[in-house]
Amino acid sequence: MLIDDINNSNSDPSPLLQMKGLRIEGLSDKGWQEIVCGIDLQLNRGEILGLIGESGAGKSTIGLAAMGFAKDGCRIIDGEIDFDGIELRKAPEWQKRKLRGTRISYVAQSAAAAFNPAHRLINQFTEGPIEHDLLSEAKAKEKGRTLYRTLDLPDPDYIGERWPHQVSGGQLQRMMVAMSMSCEPDLIIFDEPTTALDVTTQIEVLKTIKEIVIDRNVAAIYITHDLAVVAQLADHLMVLRYGNLIEVNSTGQILKSPKQEYTQNLLDARIRNEKITAQIPNPKTLLNVESITAGYGKGPDILQDVSILVEKGRTVAVVGESGSGKSTLARVITGLLPARFGDIHFQGEPLPDKLNHREKQQLQKVQMISQLPDTALNPRHRVRDIIGRPLSFYLGLKGKEKEQRINELLQQIELSQDYIDRLPSELSGGEKQRICIARALAAEPELIICDEVTSALDSIVAKAILNLLQRLQNELGVTYLFISHDIDTVANIADQVVVLYAGRVAEQGSKSAVFQPPFHPYTRLLLSSVPEMRQGWLEETLSTREAKAGIAREVKITEQGCPFAERCPISIEDVCVGSRPPLQTMTSGHIYACQHSKEVLLRESQH
Amino acid sequence: MQKTLKNLSSAPLSAKFGMVIIFIYLVIAIFAPLIAPYGEREILGKAYQLMSSEHLLGTDNLGRDMLSRLIYGARNTIGIALITTALAFLIGSLIGMIAAALGGWIDQLLSRIVDIFMSIPALIFALLILSILGTAMPYLIGTIVIIDSTRVFRVARATAMNVAVMDYVEVARLRGEKLAWILRKEILPNITAPLLAEFGLRFCFVFLFISALSFLGLGIQPPTADWGSMVRDNATLISYNDITPLIPAAAIALLTVAVNFVVDWMLHKSSGLKDVD
Repeated sequence: MLIDDINNSNSDPSPLLQMKGLRIEGLSDKGWQEIVCGIDLQLNRGEILGLIGESGAGKSTIGLAAMGFAKDGCRIIDGEIDFDGIELRKAPEWQKRKLRGTRISYVAQSAAAAFNPAHRLINQFTEGPIEHDLLSEAKAKEKGRTLYRTLDLPDPDYIGERWPHQVSGGQLQRMMVAMSMSCEPDLIIFDEPTTALDVTTQIEVLKTIKEIVIDRNVAAIYITHDLAVVAQLADHLMVLRYGNLIEVNSTGQILKSPKQEYTQNLLDARIRNEKITAQIPNPKTLLNVESITAGYGKGPDILQDVSILVEKGRTVAVVGESGSGKSTLARVITGLLPARFGDIHFQGEPLPDKLNHREKQQLQKVQMISQLPDTALNPRHRVRDIIGRPLSFYLGLKGKEKEQRINELLQQIELSQDYIDRLPSELSGGEKQRICIARALAAEPELIICDEVTSALDSIVAKAILNLLQRLQNELGVTYLFISHDIDTVANIADQVVVLYAGRVAEQGSKSAVFQPPFHPYTRLLLSSVPEMRQGWLEETLSTREAKAGIAREVKITEQGCPFAERCPISIEDVCVGSRPPLQTMTSGHIYACQHSKEVLLRESQH
Repeated sequence: MQKTLKNLSSAPLSAKFGMVIIFIYLVIAIFAPLIAPYGEREILGKAYQLMSSEHLLGTDNLGRDMLSRLIYGARNTIGIALITTALAFLIGSLIGMIAAALGGWIDQLLSRIVDIFMSIPALIFALLILSILGTAMPYLIGTIVIIDSTRVFRVARATAMNVAVMDYVEVARLRGEKLAWILRKEILPNITAPLLAEFGLRFCFVFLFISALSFLGLGIQPPTADWGSMVRDNATLISYNDITPLIPAAAIALLTVAVNFVVDWMLHKSSGLKDVD
């Protein structure tokens, strides 16, 4: 353990950070507008305060204001920010400079973007202490290694010598947490540190953050839009919306009895309303992907022998962590990436593997909606052009007819007709995604491939998009291939589930079968990693053997054996690493790849 | 239209200054015959007359009116520079966008060809071609177009690359759109701003390049008035403490500065646009 910097917190009654009537303005097209409207905040040592709300709630702005900082285009116009007796609004720049990094530090959302790719990790760690004349270079490096060890980073003595691109996303985020501790600050601000991560990776980062805060008795502000995540960490929660305080209370109280409707909505966004699969009398096969093997350039096979069957009118979800080959599968089906081996049949007819060998009609029937609505819409095209193009391109609609159809589509995606002349920059994230859906629908497709369509959205907005997709399926009978890393989302929308791991199908079958015991070990790890909306979930999960074996590991593609073997709590030594897991049948239509028989898996699932 | 006016009024002082100067130059170039007191090629008397009320800027080495030639020079120099730059842009940005959109070996091939052209110093290349083919106007324009389109190619390719990887371009491909549509509708509108800015800069370079060639005797041929050759023709006067040869040079400099002011502003605006995106 390093030197404790517990500063007699018990005898010190005044809070570490106190904000009173904080008001911040931001510059927009319409001039200065208030984006934080009079926020009071108090934070003691050893406490974590969760700031929660959708984008535009002013969370990050408040987080930065805690360092006495306002971004370009923002200004603090009123209020007090008192940090340990120092009034940050009045403090001169040099004093704030001294505080930042040493006594207040900041962990950004995207560690990948926050690290300088041109410097070794350890040198970025030591920059703070050396710059502030706290430690010598040798001492600072020593401290870095100690912290890496405490945070359970692999190879702690040498990992710092690596460059940022040589460690995984989760590790990088933990390096960032370590870096924020380099000067032993009193206050750390975490700005959505896990939003971009897989559920399994998220757990390891949450664990790290919690350990740091408890062990070092620091105070922390945790900013997120995910209530379930912050519930694992925070003592108090502040719910914000449009820069206003909606509700503040202890975490337990907010989870148990939220006072405001908006807080209730946030809670509801996490509740699964599982789709009940309706029986279709004569299910017709729409898409049949047979033994696809694919990869990029001369690289290894990213997908190995993947077969998927999609029935008309159903939703098939492909789920797995990043690196499991989900998006590659989408690219193969759409023809962007020709497969090395294997066939694709669509409506019973073979689909050419190259995009430009496909007929216009074949292209029309398979549409895709991608992850980032921001980049999926041409910023120079108006909604009219975006939705109108497939109409004129595939269906030859013109003039009034086209206009009418665009309006119909807008209505279907629950947007008013005023949107027809807007540019993408005049739309919110959720609205953009709706336009993407409308563009896909305009082609009158049979199959829509949804590639992580909700992962870039806030939980409430994401929920609305899922509901919309479901409604459209009920009304139009369109089929979805739904790609996601979020099991929760999948549970909401899928009929069939395909669990992909390292480019191979680990398990596939109906959703109810896959998400019930007996579990495939990987499915079980994924399921147990989804945060639950209750306190104490994190500790419970960390104590399970799935978490012990499975988190903090990367997806690795292996040529032979089972790729999941080294993360699997029940792997059989020698067997699993050496030979390929056989495909076995659980029940009819539900297959899994594992050495264990279903009886063993059932027994293990009851642990 | 209103938006354009609003945009113009919000421009910084330097850009406004630049726009006014460019406007004046354009007016002079277009209405040269009306403004100029004498003809472009008229020999009016003795060479090297000093400034007087008859000849406001004196006469040149053949006894032609300096002011008139300066005014006609605007027309020739700017006109040729404009045509050349426009052609260079048409060719360069089209090929650049194709290279970016198609990628692969087509991109490699086009880029390497451009590299070869760019590895030859521009002035030497132009001198070589013009001394082989002669200095007729089409050759002059053609040579500079080839040289400049390689530069435009690089800018267009680099900016189009960033756009071509966007999801919306992928969506268009998935829809089955033809290359022409992708270039025209998806990529071009998103690289117009940097291309326009480049156009301004390129125009200055072309303009200076033509003047330089004229100064060397391989550019616009006499008796056509041109600022570059006017500097050369009257260069001897500098030894006699006469500033006359510097006036066409100043005309070149002023236009260059003015265009750059406007370009700076446009670049600033286009980068600001990216923030919003």
